[in-house]
Amino acid sequence: MEASKVIHAIYTDDDVLMNAVKKVKAEKHHIEEIYTPFPVHGLDKAMGLEPTRIAIASFMYGCVGLTVAVVMMNFIMIQDWPQNIGGKPSFSYIQNMPAFVPIMFELTVFFAAHLMVITFYLRSRMWPFKKAENPDPRTTDDHFLMEIPVHGNENELTNLLKETGAVEVNLIDKAH
Amino acid sequence: MYTFSNKLKTFSIVLIILGVIGVGYGFWDSHKYETEEDVKELLASEHHGHGEVHATAHADETHHADADAHGDESHVNGGHEMSHEEHVLHQIHNRPWAALYVAAFFFFMIALGALAFYGIQWAAQAGWSPVLFRVMEGITYYVLPGGLIVLAIAFFADSHLFVWLKEGVTQPGHENYDALVAGKSGWLNKTGFFIRGLIFLGGWSLYRYFARKFSIAQDNADDNKNFKKTFRISAAFLVFYIYTESMMSWDWIMSVDPHWFSTLFGWYVFASMFVSGITVIAMITMYLKSRNYLPFVNDSHLHDLAKFMFAISIFWTYLWFSQFMLIWYSNIPEEVTYFVTRFQDYQLPFLGMVAMNFIFPLLILMNSDYKRIPWFVVMAGIVILCGHYIDVFNMIMPATVGDRWFIGIPEIGSILLFAGLFILIVFTALTKVPLLAKGNPFIKESEHFHY
Repeated sequence: MEASKVIHAIYTDDDVLMNAVKKVKAEKHHIEEIYTPFPVHGLDKAMGLEPTRIAIASFMYGCVGLTVAVVMMNFIMIQDWPQNIGGKPSFSYIQNMPAFVPIMFELTVFFAAHLMVITFYLRSRMWPFKKAENPDPRTTDDHFLMEIPVHGNENELTNLLKETGAVEVNLIDKAH
Repeated sequence: MYTFSNKLKTFSIVLIILGVIGVGYGFWDSHKYETEEDVKELLASEHHGHGEVHATAHADETHHADADAHGDESHVNGGHEMSHEEHVLHQIHNRPWAALYVAAFFFFMIALGALAFYGIQWAAQAGWSPVLFRVMEGITYYVLPGGLIVLAIAFFADSHLFVWLKEGVTQPGHENYDALVAGKSGWLNKTGFFIRGLIFLGGWSLYRYFARKFSIAQDNADDNKNFKKTFRISAAFLVFYIYTESMMSWDWIMSVDPHWFSTLFGWYVFASMFVSGITVIAMITMYLKSRNYLPFVNDSHLHDLAKFMFAISIFWTYLWFSQFMLIWYSNIPEEVTYFVTRFQDYQLPFLGMVAMNFIFPLLILMNSDYKRIPWFVVMAGIVILCGHYIDVFNMIMPATVGDRWFIGIPEIGSILLFAGLFILIVFTALTKVPLLAKGNPFIKESEHFHY
């Protein structure tokens, strides 16, 4: 069940934020989300997020790209319109294969890279004309924001966050 | 301080003894065939045994092996037609020399590859690797003895390996006269070969000597003077190295096929030695760590080494394919014979090498987690090393033994001999100084290196 009230704690330094995250996790509080102006190395591990599976997706996209290249070159250069280029055998895919290796390589990379970026955006729920979810525009500049759901433990959390070096702690009612 | 365990020392000495026996057997065995008559008998028995298929294969081989190893010009100019039996006799006599040379070069190139990697770490002022410096310095100890052995084998093997050293190759009218080799004799001559070889080895050894000296002096220094000096000589070494390594690969490897040339051969050999060197750094690091000598090495260091093994394997494939595809595509007779020989007589090692050096590490080491599992990296490393041995094998053997190749007692004996020597020398070098380069200004960063 998603809490209707959340606390937004604002930090101004990534090292302070990292230590705060470790402390909040040690106190067994759930961190809903953290907004940062730049990627903070090791933050995902400190937050206890699952490791990314994008590498697996990327591998599969690469395999798709390789297959597309093989099928495409076979259709274009062998079946549909065999062309004699430099006297190379044009009636057999396997004998002509070395000439297609650069294409196979490039399409593997092309598919893996582009589809991986698109997957990443969709998985992060970002698409064109989407309204920003970012609760505080300062997190695009020089502030870090930690969002923690409140389950009636407002005072305890506020004190804990103040202790960890938060410059601002705001209680936000989401259900308005 | 590392102490060379008696078990490992005995193991390396056993390897050397077995190797010497294997190499000795190889020479003795090859001299069972002294005359063309012996070879005629051998060939007759082979034809009898293998029947029709082999006979056709042989007819084919005779034609192109002659064209490849001796060149069409020698026939035209010298008017000397070497009989098939005489040719086979030469190949049989070449085999133990070639086997010895391939193994000697392979272990030498491991050390030289590690030296290049070491130089790059210094020149780049890498922060992750200083905990591995003493391991690398141990491996590079083999550069000088290994290189001298390669040169010594080249000296004694003479025309068994290098056809351009045959008598009268540059002498018009001589039965061995070869116009193409004669044209290259300004570079390809025995004196030049050994003078260059000694200059290459001297330069690399000087760098290694001073880099290690400064690295040890830095241990107890209170300023960074030694560090800065090593940084400077490393940058200079890398410039010297990339030129001399290229020339070394023309001299020591490419000249076994003196008619053939490839402009990226130096890079290709470099990729092979680089990945072999990094693999051996990773394997020796893991061995020492498993014996608790390297408590400061963590699995992020292993991860980075495995990443290099993965990356340079792909780099090697890129160069292998670049060399192959251009020659295959242009199909110029004087170039393409090189790959025709390899596809006809060396299909298994030539294509097997691509599987071992590319497809296997690509699939095995792609997963990030596997790069941190020591036994996984060791397994991948063994396959990569075998693959690069076969790579050197494919560079030397077709020109020296033609289709009479086999990985038998002479080859395995040579591998054991030099593996034993390599272990003995490298691990003795490791016992000399503490295994942590504690004075390096980056050592704290390296100890805390975390991926």
